Amino acid sequence: MNPQILSDLKQFHPEIILTASVLLVVIGDIALVRIRRTLTFILAAAGLIAALIAGIRLFGQDPGTLFFGVLSLDPMSVFFKTFLILTSLFILFSVPGSKELSRRNLGEFYALLLGVTLAMVLLAASADMLMLYLALETVSIGSYILVGYLRNERQSNEASLKYLLFGAIATGTMLYGMTVIYGLTGTTKLAAIREAFLQGAAAGNNSAMLLIATVMVLAGFGFKMAAVPFHFWCPDVYTGAPTPVTAFLSIGPKAAGFAVLMRFFFTGFSGSAPGTGMYSGVSPVYWNAILILISVVTMTLGNIAALRQENMKRMLAYSSIAHAGYILMGAVVLNSQGLQSVLVYLVTYLFMNLGAFLVVIAVYNHTGSFDLNDYRGLMRRSPFLTVAMSFFMLSLMGIPPFAGFLGKLYVFGAAVNNNLAWLAVVGALNSVVAIYYYARVIKAMVIEESSDTTRVPLSLASQILLWLMLLPTAGLMFFWSGVERLTKASVALFMGL
Amino acid sequence: MIGLSHYLIVSAALFSFGILCVLTRKNAINVLMGIELILNAANLNLVAFSKYSSGKIDGQIFAIFIIVVAAAEAAVALAIILSMYRILRSVNLDRADTLKG
Repeated sequence: MNPQILSDLKQFHPEIILTASVLLVVIGDIALVRIRRTLTFILAAAGLIAALIAGIRLFGQDPGTLFFGVLSLDPMSVFFKTFLILTSLFILFSVPGSKELSRRNLGEFYALLLGVTLAMVLLAASADMLMLYLALETVSIGSYILVGYLRNERQSNEASLKYLLFGAIATGTMLYGMTVIYGLTGTTKLAAIREAFLQGAAAGNNSAMLLIATVMVLAGFGFKMAAVPFHFWCPDVYTGAPTPVTAFLSIGPKAAGFAVLMRFFFTGFSGSAPGTGMYSGVSPVYWNAILILISVVTMTLGNIAALRQENMKRMLAYSSIAHAGYILMGAVVLNSQGLQSVLVYLVTYLFMNLGAFLVVIAVYNHTGSFDLNDYRGLMRRSPFLTVAMSFFMLSLMGIPPFAGFLGKLYVFGAAVNNNLAWLAVVGALNSVVAIYYYARVIKAMVIEESSDTTRVPLSLASQILLWLMLLPTAGLMFFWSGVERLTKASVALFMGL
Repeated sequence: MIGLSHYLIVSAALFSFGILCVLTRKNAINVLMGIELILNAANLNLVAFSKYSSGKIDGQIFAIFIIVVAAAEAAVALAIILSMYRILRSVNLDRADTLKG
């Protein structure tokens, strides 16, 4: 075998472990039918934990590319590797505690979850348009099945059908855009695309073609991030999918979408002198102007549509659209401060958003409803859930001292420091609008009364998982320097071939 | 003499017909056909660019991967549509209307 491949495989451990555990879960599910419920769960958990450890061990590696420039190994990709695997691990532990899923055989579910995780990890690191497309499609196809996992239920099936049709069109359009970029530059590798732009590919008359192609590619990324105008699937799919899957979609694929967006535009469409952390566009397309527009529209539309939602999952869907808009504010700034703010926001978003969904799962297990009206009087029925949900809502609002404030501080700061103060003002106004619908949940739980006064039971496993979300949400501000150090060390992108 | 532009015109037409089909059809299977047209438009682009513009084989390899992914996607799509048919006894997309707001 080629010695280059052998040495690359040594830095490919997380992906190898994930692949192996997908196979083990499938085999365990078929071969050992009597103990498969616990066996597949343990195999999946062990695989994710091992992959997480392997991912953490990659921190501090010399940046470079793997497998002849198909995947990149740099601080940014290692950060996303660990982030995405950690997200899937939390989701995995929330699955047995959800009544929607726990009655079914979950072996296939775990295998799909691991497969999607593997694809997300590859997506975040891909440095070649072919790898990018393959990973993005694998994430999508796996997610379609996860959304439709309750295949006898009309809503789940409908959600998965809508997700599938919208996703196939979005990725097909992205693919067509990529082929045009390939035609203009003669290569599929992102770094080589940048070199081609520097040498004048797509200059002159061809720049209009490149503009159209760029917008088409954005359709695929926007679909993954749930950014307007590629968000139509989001509320329906989030409502119809099993709640753990909804939580997963709102964090994992969204974060992977941001990872690939930043890599595509910062290494393919921008150049950077090493060590400066400053980027400058090299293509004739003002892609960050397009992204600024998308960011403004996304957060405004997400917040306004969330105001009138009565279904918790639907409300959180629009809220996740709005958050995609905030995160995009960091990605339009052409320097490492902007990249860092995206990473900080994603870390805070993981804990507060997943926490909110865990409360939704716990309430659904008892009441069988996602309606906001069924959260009335929760204060008497479960003080712990009420306090936890209030913390998550306050954090999603961005109120100090909760974690969400830290994320907002970084993205607004990045915008203000780079002559986009007006964008930060739009973001701040949006945060004010958002307070209304988050506060409505707290009002329903604490102030309003309900005729139903039965206690909401909470299993020990769910309690531990909720604490795992609650502590970072409430306490991340006190570890500010740690977050700052971790994300600052993770912003570097490998720009070479 | 047939050149690059002829291929690009055919592929642009295929892409447009695909989008048109996706937007106008009510039958889920027909929408899937439209998606296949979009993917094949991309394939045609890749192969044409590979021959006339870059001169390397990577575009053709890309096209083969797309064909494989399209098959996988169609398999999942048909399974989901089949389970829709089991529930609703119809593949008309207008019937999938329980989620809205």
